Amino acid sequence: MSNKPHDMGGLPGGAIVPDFGKEAVFKEGWHGRALALTLAAGALGRWNLDASRNARECLPADDYNRFSYYEKWLAGLTNLLVDHQLVSPDELRAGQANKEAADIAATPLPAAKVPAVLKKGGPTRRAIAAEPCFIVGDVVMTKSLSQISPQQNNHTRLPYYASVKKGVIIACHDAHILPDSHAHFKGEAPEYLYGVRFLAGDLFPDPERPGDEICLDLFESYLQPVKI
Amino acid sequence: MPHDHNDDHSHSLLPPDPQLQVKALETILSEKGLIDREALDAIIDVYQNQIGPQIGADIVARAWQEPAFKKRLLADAESVLGEMALSGRQGEHVVVVENTEDTHNLVVCTLCSCYPWPLLGIPPSWYKSDAYRRRAVHSPRSVLAEFGVELPEDKKIRVWDSTAEIRYLVLPERPAETAGLTDEALRGWVTRDSMIGTGFPKPPEAG
Repeated sequence: MSNKPHDMGGLPGGAIVPDFGKEAVFKEGWHGRALALTLAAGALGRWNLDASRNARECLPADDYNRFSYYEKWLAGLTNLLVDHQLVSPDELRAGQANKEAADIAATPLPAAKVPAVLKKGGPTRRAIAAEPCFIVGDVVMTKSLSQISPQQNNHTRLPYYASVKKGVIIACHDAHILPDSHAHFKGEAPEYLYGVRFLAGDLFPDPERPGDEICLDLFESYLQPVKI
Repeated sequence: MPHDHNDDHSHSLLPPDPQLQVKALETILSEKGLIDREALDAIIDVYQNQIGPQIGADIVARAWQEPAFKKRLLADAESVLGEMALSGRQGEHVVVVENTEDTHNLVVCTLCSCYPWPLLGIPPSWYKSDAYRRRAVHSPRSVLAEFGVELPEDKKIRVWDSTAEIRYLVLPERPAETAGLTDEALRGWVTRDSMIGTGFPKPPEAG
């Protein structure tokens, strides 16, 4: 088993409740505010999207499992704000800013810039000098989670269900920022990113159809060559 | 340098009611000059009123009508969408995958909730639910059945787990009944779920 609650792909689960397109974009007023707060605080530039994901994944398992979607966002945001010393624990307890605290040099995202900032997004493709290690058609084996992140709490985008499994490269998406490094503020460390196709029969002991396929985007350092 | 937040508990200092959490954070951050409340309204407006599945539906309807556009879209969606000014946050790098006679595509993000925001908007609750994230890769056929989607026995399913910053949009098969329809009428057939892979295009509901 993975040791992190967010890494849940392939586990048994409950019934799904389709909305067939009828659900409101934000079911509750605070959902939209939670999303907007997260994006606006992120625009201060103190952390990146990978760190945001990591903050949610690092919530205690009980909280991760108990919280609704936007509660996870709020909790992740709160922890980032405190870790980055933008907000103090006392301010959280009081529910208001400490007027005595030193000013923080930061420019809030102005409303007028919102459309342009959302339009620009945060492209992750980077040019790197190295050549890709794999080409389309290569057979690869994914590493184990402990090979990829010897420290148990490292952020990674290799799900447990696809670790130590055999797949085939179906695409090379150029090099992209490596979340495993970026989430921990250790630099962008861009690596080639590949589309990798797995057979359901190779991933699961009891697939619905062994010939169904599951495709994941995986970074070069998650993969090792397989000699055929 | 900020430390890594492993099992942080600062969030537990806020009141348990998420509405009050939002209020507290908004108050603190605006008092400190870290957010502009009008920017929050502007962000909500973009996702509530401007961006949504109608954008993806336009792309699909055009691909159904223009073979050259479809060919480019499938080969290099990122360039095509960039030219149309349709890239953006959570959709900087998009790949479009085509449903065919042999293969049905289904999109999920098992690790979080990655979704092509600029084309489909904010994902619905079920897409973000543990049930969908857990089951879509292992039991896609039983998941599809819950959406009322039955596939022929011999049709292969290809599930796309969005594990990095590539976002996937499904190009559904054009229903035979839409022959002769163009633009507006055709767009009405393209449902959000048909672009995730949990549905098929269907006639627009009257009214």
